[in-house]
Amino acid sequence: MRSLSTIDLIAFATGLQYTLLLVLMALAFGAPFGLFLALLRTANMAVLRWASALFLQVVQAVPLLALLMFFYFGLPVFLGIQIPALAAVTVAFTIYTAVFLGEIWRGGIEAVKQTQWEAAASLGISRWQQFRYVIAPQAFKIALPATVGFLVQLIKGTSLAAVVGFIELTRAGQLASAATFQPLLVYSVVAAIYFAICFPLTLWSRNLETRLNGSR
Amino acid sequence: MGNLNFRPLWRYEDAFIEGILNTLWLTVIAAGIGLIIAIACAAILRSGPKLLRYPVLGYIELIRNTPPIIQIFIVFFVFPGFGIRLPPFTAASIALALYFGAYAAEIIRSGLDSIPRSQVEAGHCLGISGFQVFMHVVLPPALRNIYPSITSQFVLLLLGTSIASQISAEELFHTAGVVESRTFRSFEIYALIAGIYVCLVMAFRVFFAALGRLAFRWPTRR
Repeated sequence: MRSLSTIDLIAFATGLQYTLLLVLMALAFGAPFGLFLALLRTANMAVLRWASALFLQVVQAVPLLALLMFFYFGLPVFLGIQIPALAAVTVAFTIYTAVFLGEIWRGGIEAVKQTQWEAAASLGISRWQQFRYVIAPQAFKIALPATVGFLVQLIKGTSLAAVVGFIELTRAGQLASAATFQPLLVYSVVAAIYFAICFPLTLWSRNLETRLNGSR
Repeated sequence: MGNLNFRPLWRYEDAFIEGILNTLWLTVIAAGIGLIIAIACAAILRSGPKLLRYPVLGYIELIRNTPPIIQIFIVFFVFPGFGIRLPPFTAASIALALYFGAYAAEIIRSGLDSIPRSQVEAGHCLGISGFQVFMHVVLPPALRNIYPSITSQFVLLLLGTSIASQISAEELFHTAGVVESRTFRSFEIYALIAGIYVCLVMAFRVFFAALGRLAFRWPTRR
């Protein structure tokens, strides 16, 4: 038994890097996938809308923990292959990010009035150009507060990667707790680190929302 | 590619059913206690003494900006420090109640705030008491605004109870771990568990939608 020391704080810093790495990976892969889902949800073809709605509804009804376990323990066993921890965890967080951002961005796209699509169409530009140059900039502004809000949820969500043994901030905390027998102190420090990252984002999201409501 | 085999899981049918019941029980307890916390917090934020408002705001922000798994660990480890040994299930209930309470408080507060001042003033003009204004003018439309958010928060809580398995509280996800260690059918187990959660969530969504339609039948405007 030893007390909490600088070594642990360095371990937390390293863990924090992996937490941020997970967040970046989830956003890098999840955001394009999420945009794709949002576009499907607002597509003209009803089949695409229904299929994507079903996908979103079902995946959102699965606990993040189950997604992680499924891709880390379940899938490799089934396929009979080894998947690196980072890859399995990234896949789970990518899907998680995609369904939530897909839903948020769908809301943003739908909040832009139908007449904007029509006005854009009357310019004779393609459907993608209508989205890219007319709808997306407006939808982005509307969806930004909720997107930042989701970022907080994602950062907190990465803590669950600890469960499959991925050494990020929470796992680093678990290890330090086991070494020092001071769980209360250790987890308070870890919680404080999460709070220090998430709270400014929460404030930013709230600020964006007030400004958005003020401008309309 | 392996072959799918769900058959070994059938032997654990009872364990899964018990897990489901425990998950539901945990969700209901946490939501019930959480709702009481939330109403108290919303009341303090709306009309409580200023001195109490800051601790309440602190509690809400602290819970909303830290991961639930850390909250569960802290609750689980804080009590032994005072010499009280809590069973994992109790610790998980307390942690999740605190978690749900913070989110619900925010929902209730913004729901009550959504009622325009003019409507409250119109209520006062009728010469009824402040309490009556709250019960008959503010609460019914506020409840209708609160209902969709609070029910989806309930569903998020249901999914969140899976984290309680990490302090070995015996709910559905814990069952999954136990059955996995005995059968090694990881793929089938986590697919099945995910499916069970999807069914539970869908059932609650349908139930809440029906209940909402029944409870808030009066027309929105004019």
